[in-house]
Amino acid sequence: MASNRISRRDFVKVTTAALGSIMTVALGIPFISYLIDPALKTESGEAWIPLGPLDSFPIGTPKAFSFTRSHINGWEKTVNSYGGFILRKSETKLIALSNRCTHLSCSVNWNEEANEYICPCHDAHFGPEGEVHDGPPPTPLDRFETKEEDGNLYILFPAVPAQEG
Amino acid sequence: MWKKIYAWLDERLGFDDMYKMLLDRPEPHGNWWNTLGSASLFLFLLQGTTGIFLTVYYTPSPDHAYDSIQYIMNGVAYGWLVRGIHHWGASLMVLIVFIHMLRVFFSASYKYPRELTWMVGSLLFLLTLSMGFTGYLLPFNQRAYWATVVGTNIGGVVPGVGPMILKVLRGGTDVSALTLSRFFSAHIWMLPATLAALIGVHLYLIMRHGESAYPDADD
Repeated sequence: MASNRISRRDFVKVTTAALGSIMTVALGIPFISYLIDPALKTESGEAWIPLGPLDSFPIGTPKAFSFTRSHINGWEKTVNSYGGFILRKSETKLIALSNRCTHLSCSVNWNEEANEYICPCHDAHFGPEGEVHDGPPPTPLDRFETKEEDGNLYILFPAVPAQEG
Repeated sequence: MWKKIYAWLDERLGFDDMYKMLLDRPEPHGNWWNTLGSASLFLFLLQGTTGIFLTVYYTPSPDHAYDSIQYIMNGVAYGWLVRGIHHWGASLMVLIVFIHMLRVFFSASYKYPRELTWMVGSLLFLLTLSMGFTGYLLPFNQRAYWATVVGTNIGGVVPGVGPMILKVLRGGTDVSALTLSRFFSAHIWMLPATLAALIGVHLYLIMRHGESAYPDADD
């Protein structure tokens, strides 16, 4: 083309292509974000659960505790119950055990006379510190991390609950 | 390189012929009112796209419909945008299709040989309204529920077959979970499929007859 002037036809072509590209990008980015949104969400389930004053747990015998955690997935909220035992070995030393049996996730109970945790499902026996005494469990009872603040006891609920294996 | 690929594809698919047939048609001297048909088509495609995207999170059950839409609006990235476009696009589509119909009427473009184009277009308008009616229930809030109660009651007063129409529309005697799922089915499958097919016929007829010129003093 000898002339520098753009023809009407070419002007329309270029304008259509430019506007089309802008619209594609302007809509494309939000729409892709919309689709992949669940993968972009980071959800940390980790939390310190308060269990009340440390003094309320006796030294020497395990004492049961329980708490619930809610989990929101989309628009569905599920509430799960968890429990465990605090065993204070001394003024300063304690362990927090999960009450989920490591065999098939039944709740174990503390049996004072046997001095053991006993699982009602398959008669598993765990010692006071969670070690396997008898029965099918492959590993000792899970432990929670603990901390003490201003006389109150806290346990750390893990990011990926070991119970949901 | 690209030219070679293009030539190879064109030889087999016939892009150039398609372009000439679909887009490079001679047009009578018109004005902006002649663009409303294309605008309707664009809105149909936009509604289709945003609608498909909405089904990713929307759940057509009375227990979850409202909550899933709340989640789209507040929980999903740009969910408000996708639903917003679908919501406002719906109203705009009804408006644009109607104005398009008025334009065709006032410019007498429905006359020979374009009567069929007009008839198919009338059906397209009714289908667009049906899309609006069925889509209105899907959020399943109070307004949606009662609008559907009233809307389906109107169908119920037809002499003789009224009660039957009412039950067919509602999937029973009351507006219920069955109403929601059949409105959903109509809204995303039956009506859009019919719309798409008739749009195809409408466009074919436009290509066959060309666009009508405005009548002049001699007509």
